[in-house]
Amino acid sequence: MSTMSELISIDGVCHTYTPAHGREVLALDNVSLQVQRQEFVALLGPSGCGKSTLLYLIGGFLPVTQGSIRVDGKPVGGPGPDRGIVFQHFALFPWKTVRGNVLYGLEKMGLPRAEREERARTFIDMVGLSGFEESYPSQLSGGMKQRAAIARTLAIDPGILLMDEPFGALDAQTRGLMQAELLRIWRGSPKTVMFVTHDVHEAVYLARRIVVMSARPGRVKAVIEADLDRADPQLTKSRAFIDIVDEVWSLVREEAVRAERYRAE
Amino acid sequence: MTHLKALLIRYSPLVLLAALWEIASRSGLVSSLALPPLSDVAIAWLDLAKSGDLWTNGLASMTRIGAGLGLAIVIGAVLGVLMAWWRALDRLLGPLVEMLYPMPKSALIPVTALWLGFGDASKIVLIFLGCMLPVILGAYNGARGADQALIWSARSLGASRLATLWNVVVPSALPEIANGIRTSLALSFVLLVSAELIVARKGFGYLIGFLGEGGTYDAMFAVVLTVALLGFIADRLYNALVRWGFRWQQ
Repeated sequence: MSTMSELISIDGVCHTYTPAHGREVLALDNVSLQVQRQEFVALLGPSGCGKSTLLYLIGGFLPVTQGSIRVDGKPVGGPGPDRGIVFQHFALFPWKTVRGNVLYGLEKMGLPRAEREERARTFIDMVGLSGFEESYPSQLSGGMKQRAAIARTLAIDPGILLMDEPFGALDAQTRGLMQAELLRIWRGSPKTVMFVTHDVHEAVYLARRIVVMSARPGRVKAVIEADLDRADPQLTKSRAFIDIVDEVWSLVREEAVRAERYRAE
Repeated sequence: MTHLKALLIRYSPLVLLAALWEIASRSGLVSSLALPPLSDVAIAWLDLAKSGDLWTNGLASMTRIGAGLGLAIVIGAVLGVLMAWWRALDRLLGPLVEMLYPMPKSALIPVTALWLGFGDASKIVLIFLGCMLPVILGAYNGARGADQALIWSARSLGASRLATLWNVVVPSALPEIANGIRTSLALSFVLLVSAELIVARKGFGYLIGFLGEGGTYDAMFAVVLTVALLGFIADRLYNALVRWGFRWQQ
């Protein structure tokens, strides 16, 4: 059961959906999970395990029909600025510049103009996009687009940051860079982060806790603690890191095999 | 300068065609009754311009297109977006749009004339009805195609449902609306001239019919070419406007 220190409390959540041509599919089956304030949690699993669906339920984008999801003790309704989201394909408004994108949420907050501008500048600077304020998303690289999307979400200062495979569309070098950047930003202003990924290395590198999910229907298979010193530049070469990666890998491998079989059916 | 040169090269086939026209007609290869020499057509055009007939009829036609197309764009875009956003309206109007879209709109010419007479109103309503459909369809498809992640992003950034419609769905639909309008622009000229040829007392179409029946073919050709040129210019201007408006796309 949930206590006061928990920010997100997921209890017995099931979720079904019906594809356009086919029968009902159980995507999430009796998922329960408690997330502490300012905790960095990774949701890890093969594609189709419902990890993104769980994120969308927390975000309020999909309705919770069975079980309950509470944020700060209150059941989630629709989407809101207390739960910021970053998508895999960036979801920047293509008709707005970087600055326009970051300003959007600040306008909705009703901040005075000078303060909006000041804050937009701060966050664009924080993600390293100074000089690209007037660029449209179509003029930016994938990594820069995601930086802009992260700045847009962080600018409105949500207590919870939902990240849906945010670095999944980036090349390996950029991904490594962005992971380090994200940790740096998180250390500067810790938020409760739920980070969806299917990359084991990424999950262990970023998250204090890794929730491994089973293939369809999605269930919580295991929760792994990764209490590592993330300030250590040699972290990924350390024994402790490699051991946790191996442990998580063996859990995920079984599910990946099951997921493959499911897709073949 | 290089831009002008490229333009001249691009449209040089038209100059060639004009020369062939003049030669064919002057040499008697083609009867000058069926095809008066281009130079005669040019002189007839100047006469029409001097007498004022070209301007009064032209003004009438352009007013009709402006009003009909303007209404079609505004009402069509609003209806299309609302149909995509609001299922009940889609259910109500969807079948109607599907049925009317492939219909030859010129079949409505006698109907609007019967209801509204020979004047401006019947032409404006005809152009409005015909041109609204491509705009509705563009707006509907564009709004339906709005990226779910964009809508969700806006909502989680604090936008209300209504704000999301205005800030995300409408801008997402704009490129498709622009395509619909381009189709409508061409269609508006077709409908205008057809309607004016059949039932009107002024306008380009009326003038073409009147001059043709009177046997002044050089003047008739002058008006036909004027309409063709106006349609061409409208399309080019519109394209330039769209490219400027959607410069964020590339």
